[in-house]
Amino acid sequence: MKKNNTHKKFALPKTPTGVEGLDEITEGGLPKGRPTLICGGAGCGKTLLSMQFLIKGILDYKEPGVFMSFEETAPDLVQNVLSLGFDIEKLKNEKKLIIDHVRVERSEIEEAGEYDLDGLFIRLGYAIDTVKAKRVVLDTIESLFSGLDNQAILRAELRRLFSWLKEKGVTAIITGERGEATLTRQGLEEYVSDCVILLDHRVIDQVSTRRMRIVKYRGSTHGTNEYPFLIDKEGISVLPITSLKLNNKVSSEVISTGVPGLDQMFDGKGFYRGSNILISGTAGTAKTTIAAYFADAQCKQKHRVLYFAFEESPQQLIRNMSSIGIDLEQHIKKGYLQIHSARPTLNGLELHLLNLRKLIQEFKPDAVVIDPISNLTSVGNPHEVRSMMVRLIDMLKIHNITVLFTSLSKQYDGRIPDPAEDSVSSLVDTWITVRDMEGIGERNRGIFIIKARGMGHSNEVREFVITNRGIQLLDVEIGPEGILTGAARGKNALNKKISAFKLQSELDRKDREVARKRQVLEASIMSLKNEFASLEEELSILKVTEQLQSGLTVDKKGTNKKAT
Amino acid sequence: MKKQPAEWQLILYIAGQTPKSVKAFSNIKKYAEEHLKGKYSIEIIDLLVNPKLAEGDQILAVPTLVRKVPEPIRKIIGDLSNEERVLVGLNIKSLVSEK
Repeated sequence: MKKNNTHKKFALPKTPTGVEGLDEITEGGLPKGRPTLICGGAGCGKTLLSMQFLIKGILDYKEPGVFMSFEETAPDLVQNVLSLGFDIEKLKNEKKLIIDHVRVERSEIEEAGEYDLDGLFIRLGYAIDTVKAKRVVLDTIESLFSGLDNQAILRAELRRLFSWLKEKGVTAIITGERGEATLTRQGLEEYVSDCVILLDHRVIDQVSTRRMRIVKYRGSTHGTNEYPFLIDKEGISVLPITSLKLNNKVSSEVISTGVPGLDQMFDGKGFYRGSNILISGTAGTAKTTIAAYFADAQCKQKHRVLYFAFEESPQQLIRNMSSIGIDLEQHIKKGYLQIHSARPTLNGLELHLLNLRKLIQEFKPDAVVIDPISNLTSVGNPHEVRSMMVRLIDMLKIHNITVLFTSLSKQYDGRIPDPAEDSVSSLVDTWITVRDMEGIGERNRGIFIIKARGMGHSNEVREFVITNRGIQLLDVEIGPEGILTGAARGKNALNKKISAFKLQSELDRKDREVARKRQVLEASIMSLKNEFASLEEELSILKVTEQLQSGLTVDKKGTNKKAT
Repeated sequence: MKKQPAEWQLILYIAGQTPKSVKAFSNIKKYAEEHLKGKYSIEIIDLLVNPKLAEGDQILAVPTLVRKVPEPIRKIIGDLSNEERVLVGLNIKSLVSEK
């Protein structure tokens, strides 16, 4: 049982390289105590990678190192890496690093009889013992082949050298020039078989990209793809493509879109933090403006925003946005906003991605704006752009950074999506489209939400206008043929006004008529009342008359009796 | 040995008393006695004893014979069994033919 456990947990001991990204794709570093072959053409970074391995080993892992150079002299090497900010002289003085330049000059050397390379072994052994080195670099050992004639001896000695290095227990890097049909010119891969890393420098469509591939790694799993890497002022960094997984944390915090009115179109009143938003639209539909609104709103809430502009310079962007009342400069001064401008053709896609990654790691933004991504298709085909976007989105999601892309879509007939949009649309969480609505001799802008993952949203196409006070979303105006915009909206409003006026006057007229009717009615009531009153009067007169008459007759009868 | 520096100063680098180094020493001794009698000195440096010295003369292979003087420095590697090559390498051959 116990044995099983230990068996399960066994992992090849590894030496971390300290090269950003390389340790991830090798799952821990180079095989500890074994030689690794790094091969590649001229200028692909072999020497730099191995030097970085040594220096990082000393600085980060306290493992002293020996650099045996067969090509460059020690002062040259020191100079070359000084530009990366590593002070080799200091490390040399502290007895943590030895640089030994082995000069092999054919013209000086005559071979007469049998020999071996014990001199080299002794030199290397002495250097290793002096600083108690754990890491050794032999750069480029193939130079020996050009300096010495007897290949049989050389090959036998190299084989002996590598097994000797293993015995010494040092983690070694051996570099080799790339050969025609083999990985290295002299077939070094025959001798060094534990780990082979191939560096490559390719130019596709006039854009050069450096790539790295682990050809083999005995006894360990590793990333098998070609990984682009970048050499910049901090040395080499590698970006793994597929080592990222979809298990990032999600936030249910909602942040404002920055555009008044647009928030109302989302049930949650904005975007989720950490989600990604695509704003697509044809030329001149205010994509950048909406992006700037978002950046402005974020900065106002003291969130940090990184803005990548692939079309405009920072100054131009600031000027253009100030014309609609957005002051981006204040945010830059306060340190909440950084604008980076670069032409897409400056780098290959991979380098763009690495640059983005570097800047994101340095600035640690809460939100990122990339304006626009569609320009990147000029340096890569849609498939490559998609793969880059996947990696970028994954990276941002891991850090819970909200990202807003804009994308210029070409004018297509009907509703066939643009290829560039199509390539990223399934990746984004929220997709807003701004589009032209043409009609009655004018062009209006409309905005609508195509999708919003995890949030209810309005289905309306909202018209918006841009004034010197900014974006204003107009209320929806529905006419008999659907939503009305621009002049149609005006016409509709006028129509409404007229009909309202008509209605009002009609009402007034009716009112008056009623009043008149009432007057007539009242008048006739009055006359009827008068008539009635006169009738009553007549009646009462009659009654009195009759009473009088009857009284008279009684009197006559009385007098008559008396008389009789 | 003479007190003033010899006209020919040779250094033989070896790594321990291996058959190759013994052979190399006896060979150079023989050639020197033959062609440079009285005007040479041979110093033997054992790198196992003095590993530090390997760097100075850029020693890779052993045995290596280094001609320090006269300038320029010449190096001959191997057990020196090929006399022709050694003499050409040390530039002794031309001296011999001039005579």
